[in-house]
Amino acid sequence: MTPLIRAENLAVEYGETRVLAGVDLALEPGEIVTIVGPNGSGKSTLVRALIGLETPAEGRVIRAPGLRIGYVPQKLHIDASLPITVRRFLSLPRRVSDAEAAEALAHTGVPGLETRQLARLSGGQFQRVLLARALLMRPQILILDEATQGLDQPGTAAFYRLIEDLRTETGCAVLMVSHDLHVVMSASDRVICLNGHVCCEGTPKVVSEAPEYRALFGLGTGGAFALYRHEHDHEHEGGAACTHDPAHEHHHHDHA
Amino acid sequence: MTPHMSTITMTMLDDFLIRAALAGLGLTLATGPLGSFVVWRRMAYFGDATAHAAIFGVALSFAFGISVYVGTLTVALGMALTVAGLSGRGHAMDTVLGVLAHSALAFGLVAASFQSGLRVDLSAWLFGDILAVSRTDLAIVWGGAALVAALLAWRWQGLLTATLNEELARASGLNPRAERLALTVALALTVAVSIKIVGALLIAALLIIPAATARQIARNPEAMALGATAVGAASVLAGLYGSLQLDTPAGPSIVAAAAVLFTLSLMVRRRG
Repeated sequence: MTPLIRAENLAVEYGETRVLAGVDLALEPGEIVTIVGPNGSGKSTLVRALIGLETPAEGRVIRAPGLRIGYVPQKLHIDASLPITVRRFLSLPRRVSDAEAAEALAHTGVPGLETRQLARLSGGQFQRVLLARALLMRPQILILDEATQGLDQPGTAAFYRLIEDLRTETGCAVLMVSHDLHVVMSASDRVICLNGHVCCEGTPKVVSEAPEYRALFGLGTGGAFALYRHEHDHEHEGGAACTHDPAHEHHHHDHA
Repeated sequence: MTPHMSTITMTMLDDFLIRAALAGLGLTLATGPLGSFVVWRRMAYFGDATAHAAIFGVALSFAFGISVYVGTLTVALGMALTVAGLSGRGHAMDTVLGVLAHSALAFGLVAASFQSGLRVDLSAWLFGDILAVSRTDLAIVWGGAALVAALLAWRWQGLLTATLNEELARASGLNPRAERLALTVALALTVAVSIKIVGALLIAALLIIPAATARQIARNPEAMALGATAVGAASVLAGLYGSLQLDTPAGPSIVAAAAVLFTLSLMVRRRG
């Protein structure tokens, strides 16, 4: 299959500071990929580069022609000077019918919010409305940048369950950025551990046991699957989506 | 139009007060939606800078004997593009604007002092002289305002998405820089056509105050943009009427009327 988005030897710099270097990454249709990494590891930068918000200092990003991206940003500040209802927001930038809007809201678990002001929603409602808008783009890939910030644990777990259901229903690929490792990992086909470069990559199980991952996040992986472990853990045996680069898997890191 | 009707129209246009009212109303077509964007994107000071640069444009127009509209449009556009370019390169926006706006105003005033005729009427350019609007001015104001309104209507969905969030816009395949450029050009055009009516110092007020007033009751962006045009139109008419009754300067009276409407709107504010 042709990848939806591919990064080749990607490097991004902010002024003199190199935030990302040598990142190779390909997102295939229908897979759920999670990027994890500590603060300042370049997670958001990578997502921004994949979307086209950052210009690579080196390497390149190739998006499939006409790729439809459903993007749910980390946070979206709605300026108090801009009045806008949920209904109006859902029609940006593509105008959708009332029926489509209502369906998308119902789909993401917030039916009937149409007439509410966007700035007046709770954190959980707001994230779901953002997701509904992303779905209305009829995305081939959903990109979520720490989309569960500000949600409590049950809210976060429910949000990820929703993402997974959406993938099953629509067949879209999902790229998530998260530091909610404990909740997110088991929902992923593939986890990419990032710290300025790709430290390790593979199925959640492989990554959680990788020395590079442990060096970054400590040894306490006992809780990694506790909150949200379910049958999907068993559906991808053999790590079908795992595109391990042996050179990466074994090379030595000095993060410890 | 019957010959009779057109005679009436022509006679109406002979009346300086009617011309003034029509010029003001035409301008609000542009200032309502554009002013809303200025408020949403916190570009208030940007509007000021562009307007101040227009004074320099007036001085240059007189020096080179070209149309004031062409001169102000050129300088306002140059100013807007310079500001957009510099702020994109890591200079603090308010500092860039502070330097450029006041420098442009100062150079404008210095340049004007070399031309004896212009020195006399400078206050007309700073505060506008809506009662001196000619038929040609009227055509230019309506043409320019219609152009701005059409530009905004054409790019509306993209402009709104980019205003809400640039990343969201980019992920949707839009180019936020192109949208910003459209607004910059619209702002320069609006300043150029309105300088005769309200003057360089009060253009920003006509952009911001009606939009801020409409914000109090609007629930959606479109309602705010149309509401701002309505408030702007009411301010023009009330200001002109007040100016006639009280023998006050027209431009400042229009802005004062807008300020009164804003104060009233605070009492009926409804949000959420």
